[in-house]
Parts: sequence; C-alpha cells; structure tokens
Amino acid sequence: MRNSVLTIAFIAITLSYSCAQNTENKVDTPENAPYTAELMIDEMQTPWGMVFLSANEMLITEKSGELIHYKNGEKIKVKNVPEVYQRGQGGLLDIELHPNYENTGWIYISYASEEGKEKGGHTALMRCKLKDNTLTDKELLYKASPNTTKGQHFGSRIEFDNDGYLYLSIGERGARDENPQDITRDGGKIYRFYDDGSIPEDNPFVGIKGAKTAIYSYGHRNPQGLAKHPETGEIWDNEHGPKGGDEINIIKAGANYGWPLVTYGVNYSGTPITDKTEMEGMTQPVHYWVPSIAPSGMAFVTTDNYRDWKGSILVGSLKFQYMERLHMDGTKVVKREKLLTDLGRVRDIKEGPDGLIYVAVEGKGIYKLVPKS
Amino acid sequence: MKENFCLFLFLLVSVYYAQAQETVLAESMQRGAEIYTDFCVTCHLEGGEGITGTFPPLAKSDYLAQNREASIRGVKYGQQGEMTVNGVTYNNIMTPMGLDDDEIADVMNFIMNSWGNSSDEIVTTEEVLAIEK
Repeated sequence: MRNSVLTIAFIAITLSYSCAQNTENKVDTPENAPYTAELMIDEMQTPWGMVFLSANEMLITEKSGELIHYKNGEKIKVKNVPEVYQRGQGGLLDIELHPNYENTGWIYISYASEEGKEKGGHTALMRCKLKDNTLTDKELLYKASPNTTKGQHFGSRIEFDNDGYLYLSIGERGARDENPQDITRDGGKIYRFYDDGSIPEDNPFVGIKGAKTAIYSYGHRNPQGLAKHPETGEIWDNEHGPKGGDEINIIKAGANYGWPLVTYGVNYSGTPITDKTEMEGMTQPVHYWVPSIAPSGMAFVTTDNYRDWKGSILVGSLKFQYMERLHMDGTKVVKREKLLTDLGRVRDIKEGPDGLIYVAVEGKGIYKLVPKS
Repeated sequence: MKENFCLFLFLLVSVYYAQAQETVLAESMQRGAEIYTDFCVTCHLEGGEGITGTFPPLAKSDYLAQNREASIRGVKYGQQGEMTVNGVTYNNIMTPMGLDDDEIADVMNFIMNSWGNSSDEIVTTEEVLAIEK
C-alpha cells in the first residue's frame, strides 16, 4: 500500500515535470495592480528605446529618426542624429549610456543604416556625446553587412555587463536560412565589444577563419529585449519567434540558440518550419511563448516599490498590447501576469534611478507607474 | 467588308489589351505578395484576417473596398487614430513602412485582389505617386 502511494506520487511528479511549460503559458490578469499608470511624456509615435541621464532627464529614440531629450517636463529635439534607414522595422532603435557615463559622456545608439555598397540597410552601432542638445564626437563602432531591402528583423538592443563589455543584438534580417547559423555572416547574433567598439581577444570565434569575431552567440531570430540580471550579472534576451515560439534566453559565449533548426513556432501560414524543439549542441530557452506575444523591451525589477514584484521580469507585448510580468524562481518562470492592457503596443521598459518603472507605448508616449500604497 | 475588318481589329486589340492588363496585374500581385510577407503579415496575418479589435482585417474589409485613396495613403504615410472596419472600431498606429511607390502599388494590388477581395482597377505607381499626405 505504502509503495503504491509512493509510486503514484512519483508518477505525478514525473508528469508535472514533463509538461512543465503548460501551466506557464497561461496568463493571469490581476485585479488589483500595485500602480497607477500616469502618462508622463505624451504625443510620441514609436518611442523605441529610452535611457535616464538623471532622475528627471531622459533620452528617447523615435523610430522615425528623432532623438528626444526630455528635461524639466519639456521635450527637446536633439540635433545631428545619425541618418536612419526608415523601412519596415528599421529606424532609430536603442540607446544606452556608458556604465561610467558621468566621466566618459559616451552614449551608444543602434539604428538601421544604409552605409555600404549594396542597396538597402542593416543594423549599425555608434557612440557619441551630447553637447547643447547636439550629438558630437560621433564614432561608428559596427555596421552589419551586406545591406538588404528586407523590412524585418534589425533587432536591436544594447546592454553593458558588470565587466564593462558592450552587447548588441541584431536580428536575422529576413534571411533565416542564410544568416543565423552562419558565423561568417551578420544577423541573428548577439555581439560583444569593448566600450570603444574593438573586439575582445577572448570572444568565442576569434581565430576562426572567416568568422565575424564580434559575434558572441548565434542562432537568434530577432532579439528586441536585452537586460543584465541584477544578481548574476548575466545577459538575458527575449526574442521574437515566428508564429509561436518567442523565447527568453540566457546569453552564453559561443552558444547556438537554434533558429531556424529548432523552434517552438511555425510559419505564419501555419506550415511547420521544423519538427524539432531541441537538438544536441543547441541551447534551450529559459521560457517560450506559444502563442507569440511579440516581446520587446525587458527589465528586471530590483525595487520594493511594487509589492512582491522584486525579482520579476517585465516584458512588453507588441502583439497583444500589454506589459507582461514573469514571476521567476531562479531561471524558471512560475507565473505570468498581464498588466497595462489596452494602452497600446508596449515597446520598451526601464526601471528608473528613482526605483519606478517607466514604459514606452507606441502611439502614446512614456508612462510612469506610480506605486499604490 | 472593310467595316468587318475594323471590328475584328478592334476586338483583337481589346482582347490583347485585356490580357496584357491581366498579366500586368498578376505580376504586380506576385511582387506584392513578397512585400506583404516582409512588411504586413506580422500584424494583418497570412489570410489578411488581422486581430479583431487590434489590427483591422484586410480580407473582405469594407473600409478597403470603400476607401481606396485613404488606404493607399495609410500605407504610404502611415496611419493613426480611430477607424471602423466591418463594424469594429480600431484605434491603433501603423508606422510608415518606407516602401517605394511601385512597391506600394504592388502590395495594394495583392491585398485588393486576395482573400475574396477584388478590384476592377489596377493600382499604378503613378496613382500612388499622386497621393499626398
């Protein structure tokens, strides 16, 4: 008798583990959210990336190519912004500060650029300084090639780790069978640089003939979220899958995340891409979304301002137009919550220096989540 | 006899012209289908069905059928604000895609002649070029 109880318990545990993701893919809408969403900066079209210069001062990119300096409640257009390739998902993309911005003054910007011989564009990374609302000291650090007129999958997000390395994500530019699995080609990769754009000697593909040595990991589709884990210091991404199969990954040197050889998604037409969701030598995601939410922006909550939110991940949903909170237990998603519903496409999320959460929503602007006591 | 010959010639030219138009449309739609896969499918989906309440449908869309010029303008310059499609109100944003005028003509021809939609008149590059913000 006792044995059979144990057996049943064992089977139950085994079963619950073998279909671990099923429960995670349910999303709950909480009744009493711990904030009031206040529209702090209005009348923005596609606020794509944002960064705080100080507690009350921000830089915000508009995909159309404008850079907005928000200061003392005023929006000022920054001059001398790099010319962007405005097509499909391309435009002015992410913005990030040097970890030691106070002393160096360096600002990093990613954007779609036409630079190069071929027609079309590809993702570029530059750094510059801000003086009198003008970008100065501009340096092009990286330009992916070759250009293409495809409209999709430029990435891109910029993030620094605790050792001062700079990470940049670039999507596969609509060439899934050419780019993501080929380390001699740009696109479908996460790149790692020194802060001046030079390539670290210990990058995983240094010394491999023909390889783009800035590549740090590959087999990505279109990562539009990149964030440093506040405790481990690891770089995490979220990326758009095809229909179904958006993912969260922890970025490791030289790792292959499998696109398009393994995926939980299918073609937009519903036809299969592959029947494989895993393969030897390919790194599995921490989490995947079926159906896709079209994730963009990513922030780890480190503040106690929002009840039990500390340790959660916040991700924007472009497709279903809300902000998702993922309750984490280590690297495991234990619960999903749907927040800020019906405002619009959530493009970027940041925790500000004041410990409050700021959310960029397309067609609206920047919302500040004022905590409810 | 002479009259008959003229009529015959007229018919011949008409048939040839109609066939040429059809070929032009078919080729434009084929290019348009590629543009659609690149730029439109993520929101409006494979069958042009959209997502009710979020992204308006293109398939059997009354808005598209009745607002040719406004639809082309939306693709050319982007579109924002309230619109009603098949009885459902949408309030969203579509950013300009950066397509060339000939690409807009192609994708419009594809959309206006797919999934049960049909249009009598082909969209030309000149027509797109003439539409102002």
